[in-house]
Amino acid sequence: MNNFLEYTSQGLYCIPGDFHIDPHSQVERAVVTHAHSDHAPWGCHKYLAAKPCEQLLRLRMSPEAEFRFIPYGEALSVGGVRVSFHPAGHILGSAQIRLEYQGQVGLITGDYKFGTDPTCEAWHPVRCHWMISESTFGLPIYRWPSQESVFQSINKWWQESRDEGNCCLLYGYAIGKSQRLLAGLDPTIGKIYCHGAVEKGNEAYRRTGIALPETTYVGSVTGKHDWRGAMVVAVPSVHGTPWVKKFGRCSTAMASGWMAVRGARRRRSVDRGFVLSDHVDWPSLLTAIDACNPETVWLTHGYTASVARYLVEQRRDARVLDSRGRSEVDQDAADEDASNERTNDSIDPFSGEAKTP
Amino acid sequence: MIRFATLFDAIDRTTKTNEKLAALVQYFGHSSHADAAWAAYFLCGYKLRQLVPTKLLRIWAAEEANIPSWLFEESYHSVGDLAETLTLIVPPGEMLDDLSLSHWVEQRLMPLRTMEEADQRNAVIAIWQQSPMQVRLVILKLITGAFRVGVSKSIVTRAIAEHAGVSSDVISHRLMGVWKPTASFFEDLISKEVQDTIVSQPFPFCLAHPIDHELGPESIGPAKDFAAEWKWDGIRGQVIRRNEQVFIWSRGEDLMENRWPEIESAAQLLPNGTVLDGEILASLGENQVLPFAKLQKRIGRKTVSNKLLKEVPVVFQAFDLLQDAGEDIRSRPYSERRLRLDRLLSTIDHPSLERTQLLLGTTWDEWAKIRDRSRETNAEGLMLKRLDASYEVGRVRGVWWKWKVSPYTIDAVLIYAQKGHGKRSGLYTDYTFALWEGETLVPFAKAYSGLDDSEIKDVDKFVRQNTRESFGPVRSVAPALVMEIAFEGLQRSPRHKSGIATRFPRIVRWRHDKKPEDANTLAELMDLLPSIE
Ligand SMILES: [Zn+2]
Repeated sequence: MNNFLEYTSQGLYCIPGDFHIDPHSQVERAVVTHAHSDHAPWGCHKYLAAKPCEQLLRLRMSPEAEFRFIPYGEALSVGGVRVSFHPAGHILGSAQIRLEYQGQVGLITGDYKFGTDPTCEAWHPVRCHWMISESTFGLPIYRWPSQESVFQSINKWWQESRDEGNCCLLYGYAIGKSQRLLAGLDPTIGKIYCHGAVEKGNEAYRRTGIALPETTYVGSVTGKHDWRGAMVVAVPSVHGTPWVKKFGRCSTAMASGWMAVRGARRRRSVDRGFVLSDHVDWPSLLTAIDACNPETVWLTHGYTASVARYLVEQRRDARVLDSRGRSEVDQDAADEDASNERTNDSIDPFSGEAKTP
Repeated sequence: MIRFATLFDAIDRTTKTNEKLAALVQYFGHSSHADAAWAAYFLCGYKLRQLVPTKLLRIWAAEEANIPSWLFEESYHSVGDLAETLTLIVPPGEMLDDLSLSHWVEQRLMPLRTMEEADQRNAVIAIWQQSPMQVRLVILKLITGAFRVGVSKSIVTRAIAEHAGVSSDVISHRLMGVWKPTASFFEDLISKEVQDTIVSQPFPFCLAHPIDHELGPESIGPAKDFAAEWKWDGIRGQVIRRNEQVFIWSRGEDLMENRWPEIESAAQLLPNGTVLDGEILASLGENQVLPFAKLQKRIGRKTVSNKLLKEVPVVFQAFDLLQDAGEDIRSRPYSERRLRLDRLLSTIDHPSLERTQLLLGTTWDEWAKIRDRSRETNAEGLMLKRLDASYEVGRVRGVWWKWKVSPYTIDAVLIYAQKGHGKRSGLYTDYTFALWEGETLVPFAKAYSGLDDSEIKDVDKFVRQNTRESFGPVRSVAPALVMEIAFEGLQRSPRHKSGIATRFPRIVRWRHDKKPEDANTLAELMDLLPSIE
């Protein structure tokens, strides 16, 4: 696609640097934007990521792998390519990757979002010649309400459910969404419990220095327990499984950008859908592209073709990088893979010393 | 308006009847009569006549969102619901003050219809600017005439009854027929004093439950407790003769005027104070019922030509008597009502007014044999009615049963798929199936339902991976999947490529065990055409 980057079956490959960026499968050297499994696959030999990503990445990967982490904004030269990480605002440690080679600056956004999120550093624009942007929610129907108003409704729902003697089951992805939810919950309403996969994520967040309200691992509660009024934060894959039976009368909710559309909400068959996304919505996507002001934009994930066509009509050079859709279903699958890994006891993410490259 | 939007949300959110009921009762309890009347009107499924052409709404929404029209259409395709797309796509507005539902409908929505286009546009844009998402969705559903929410009329009736402290039957009767959603109507509706019967007003219909094919008729009790008659496929209706006037109502509660002149003339012969329940059928008389397809030619015609009257003669086959000489006899047992019906109609001689024939038999076996011949007479099976039961309102269990013949089935190949709208929008859920004619597959039916969620996901994946061509939203796929399709009936149709139209086609199951070459042929489908056409 240009003189130093190519798109291969394993994803983006930097030729002079000899590394992949957010590879689709196991490669020798992976430079990753963040710790989600669809960006950082298990089993690569070496990983390079932003410093705040360290705890999450080590949690997920084999201790056999080699890791290197550098702070946001600092550059590292790899085969003549200057590599640096810049906050993406998606989840803790998520980064946009800036590559500079022979005067050309490229930016790979990874997943990113605008707005306030106390659990990670906010996105800021990076000027570049070309940019690879995600477009998961690249349709004008996606316009996120303010985070404050969403948390107001979530806490109101919790309070009302508590007053009716119900337990609240709130679903969000184990890493990122769950911790963002926790940070927005009002702990004066009641006690907060977490699913195992979520709790592991919480620990990694706390180790990084992110303040979260007090949580209790559901599995540590033994015997008959009164769950009325409690808030349980869990991964979406437990919905409708025997695992949720122990909570008795429940009100269930899902927090995701997909909840903006009623059809998606209904397919989930949860009682409530809260529109809370860790990706850019339509207006933010356009703002981000304008702020980075690249000569060429490549689109990946989601509504790539629609966004590219719109941008071209706005006289921007925009192209589709890949048509790998990330539909609601795909995203869930990625999340479920990730949570299975994390709950697999044969991998102990905390043993072993990290080797430095 | 916020309260009505909240009610919509509360109903939309839950599948539990008692929660819907509670939300409705709460709403009616806190609303003015004017608001309650409009709420009842919309919840019962009545609509405002089109206020603004949807074509214009789409254009204005795209303008407000600052996007080209193709992007609007793509968004619509992804959402699957027009009012929702119109809601989501325009940046959210801010509500200045919360005006009542009746104010919104009467002052802001209904006047839209008669406005000039430019004023209409300003008014619609003002609505967008002054509505947060939740309220906006409801308003746009009212404007587009697509307001639908998961409550039946009977739940609404129960909620009003509970709110008013009046029995459901009374409310149900008062909600029959034509009414205007005004404060005074709602006052009368919930009044505890008995109201005079309105001359034209029909009774709420008693509906039948299907007999479980697996369990068979034995599950409903001994045969001797029931009467059996043919189950015809026509238009369910009530014929009312009161004050020298005749009214014919369909089950959808439409007053049908000038549509069935032969039945109207027959009904003139009835004594005042008579209400018959029965079926409107295309028929040559004396139980020579024609297929529903014939009747369809007369449905929707506001006036009927002499030629059509000759070609498709209709009869009213009465099967119940609800009002006899001015007396409401619905609480009397069926056996008595039927005798009174027989006595009444034996005095009337008109070719367009018949009675259903009670089928001879006293055992399930005898009736099962008769039922097997349903298709020869263009019947759908048998109706079984409990002899000692009163005429109930709605679908009350155990009173009337429909014992349909098993549907026709055929194995067909999936050749086209399209994304669904509504509940499963975004997934390929609408399929076209084909049968063999020599070496080619000829499309013959579209089917939407019958697969479970995981099967739908599998088909969706298959479609994405095996698309041959896309024509707009439709994809043609490699002919590989075979499914068993059931349908209720079939008729010749020059408008269909296959020459055959099927009624209510649906998927019975996915035949993983069959290869596409094992699917049925078009000739085999032709063999199923009825003998009386
Ligand atoms: Zn991610």
